[in-house]
Amino acid sequence: MKLQARDLRWRPPHSGTARTIVEDVSLHVGEGELVGLIGPNGSGKSTVLRMIYRILRPTAGAVAVDGRDVWEISARENARLMAVLAQEQGGGVDAGGGFGGFSVREMVSMGRTPHKSPFARDDRHDAGIVQSAMQRTGVLPMAERSFATLSGGEKQRVLMARALAQQAGLLVLDEPTNHLDVRYQFEIMNLIRSLGVTAIAALHELHIAAHYCDRLYLLENGHLAASGTPAEVLTEATIASVYGVRAAIRLHPRTGRPHIEFMPDDPV
Amino acid sequence: MPVLLAALAGLLLLSITFGITLGPVDIAPGSVWRIAGHELVLRLGLPSAAGEWTHAQHQIVWLIRMPRVLLAALVGAGLAVVGVTMQAMVRNPLADPYLLGVSSGASVGAVLVLAYGVLGFAGVYALPLGAFAGALLACVAVYWLAHSSGRLLAPRLILGGVAIGYCLSGVTSLVTLTAGQRELANAVLSWTLGSLAGTRWDELGLPALVLVAGIAWLLLQARGLNALLAGDETASTLGVDTTRMRRGLFVLVSLLTGVMVAVSGAIGFIGLMVPHVTRMLVGTEHRRVLPVAALVGAIFLVWVDAGARIAFAPTELPVGIITSLIGGPFFVWMLYRRGMSPGVGR
Repeated sequence: MKLQARDLRWRPPHSGTARTIVEDVSLHVGEGELVGLIGPNGSGKSTVLRMIYRILRPTAGAVAVDGRDVWEISARENARLMAVLAQEQGGGVDAGGGFGGFSVREMVSMGRTPHKSPFARDDRHDAGIVQSAMQRTGVLPMAERSFATLSGGEKQRVLMARALAQQAGLLVLDEPTNHLDVRYQFEIMNLIRSLGVTAIAALHELHIAAHYCDRLYLLENGHLAASGTPAEVLTEATIASVYGVRAAIRLHPRTGRPHIEFMPDDPV
Repeated sequence: MPVLLAALAGLLLLSITFGITLGPVDIAPGSVWRIAGHELVLRLGLPSAAGEWTHAQHQIVWLIRMPRVLLAALVGAGLAVVGVTMQAMVRNPLADPYLLGVSSGASVGAVLVLAYGVLGFAGVYALPLGAFAGALLACVAVYWLAHSSGRLLAPRLILGGVAIGYCLSGVTSLVTLTAGQRELANAVLSWTLGSLAGTRWDELGLPALVLVAGIAWLLLQARGLNALLAGDETASTLGVDTTRMRRGLFVLVSLLTGVMVAVSGAIGFIGLMVPHVTRMLVGTEHRRVLPVAALVGAIFLVWVDAGARIAFAPTELPVGIITSLIGGPFFVWMLYRRGMSPGVGR
């Protein structure tokens, strides 16, 4: 098992009576799987992911990658086990107004950080890894351009290249299609698929989750409401109860994946 | 990159030479280094004959101008490096030790040492030690003010820094005026304005040591600084222990600022202007930015100091007045360029 999260719970520290954000969430990702984490806004997707990628320490429960508890290893060791595409793209960097900004190649080279000692220089080996990561994500032609000047879709591909350069076995993606035009949403998801990586992704768009993921976990108010294959999770009943929208679902004749047609005018 | 560094180093050497020749007494560029060479050879215990220079020229070059110009280079480099580091720490290109009140904190520490002899056990190091402590307190206070549930709020950072700076300047004035020492008031005035006048050789050792050690340490952290600029969460997922790193940077920034303020007072805006110009030259990667910023800062302050000495000769201006005259408009220009707000970089 690549990733195993057991009985995750999270409530903000020092918050007194504040509500628990995530409760009793267990999930796993097997080698080579692309697993989706779906749910309405505020259902706890990002919180679960942030516990997985070691930013939030769970109030209870544990996260293990390759059988190792992420809180028992250092940030550096953890960064060699998992690479993260967070929603934070590096605002300070890509804001552009003040900082000149990193070039695409420099941005991708950052992926080598957990592998290098302070005294080591980036050598030919690193340069090769960075080059091939850029090649695989198709950003090689823009290697010397400033990251800040790229479009949203291009930025995501550069960050994907950085994640590849990190050479971690698990990829954690927090809404990788967020703020992207439809074309780039498919482009980035196709890329993830084609790379054959093991990944868990929080996804906002149900049709994306249905089309690309091997398995889904559906969150509702911090609890797991359903899990299984897209066809098992994305049913008319669960969409009505969790999202509060009527939908008609048919299985696509060729892919066998659920195809969702929302019917917002019909009462739930 | 090596070509650029060599060119800047050459330019620095030329600037230093030129800076030493400038002044009421004319000195030829050649004599500058012949006199310096003569002194160095003597210090190595070897015989050296005095050259064709007069005693007065010798005194002026060796005892007055050379230590002062070298200190200008050290302080310029130090403040530029502090600016680079602070900007990465808070992910905001408007961060500067002077603007964020860190220099004012250092001044309070230094003035307390002068007025009340606190930290007397540290001997000649009491002054830089006091300045370091003051800088560290100001640094932590500003950061704490700007911090809210794991995020740095840029407007609070800048405004909080300015507020703390004013408050600490008030403390400096209060201590100065109530200590009942007239010489102190004079010393403090030149301080708050930032001045390199009257530099002695023995004042150069500590800043040089701290500067070289600081730059070396920062270069080892360069990957971490790059990652920090991309955001705390990103840095963590790249394996950087951000809490530990930031603690180290706090100490380093305070140490550099404290030591520089102890010798030269609060010289503003170097830490704002030089990193900005450097990034326009070589981009954002810290392995390039750090050495280039240090050299550009050194060259810049050598020239500004030269200007301070000759602009209204025989009256000499405190160097901080000129950096403020240039730096204020520069800050405004940075704000307006591409419609930037202090919120850039969140």
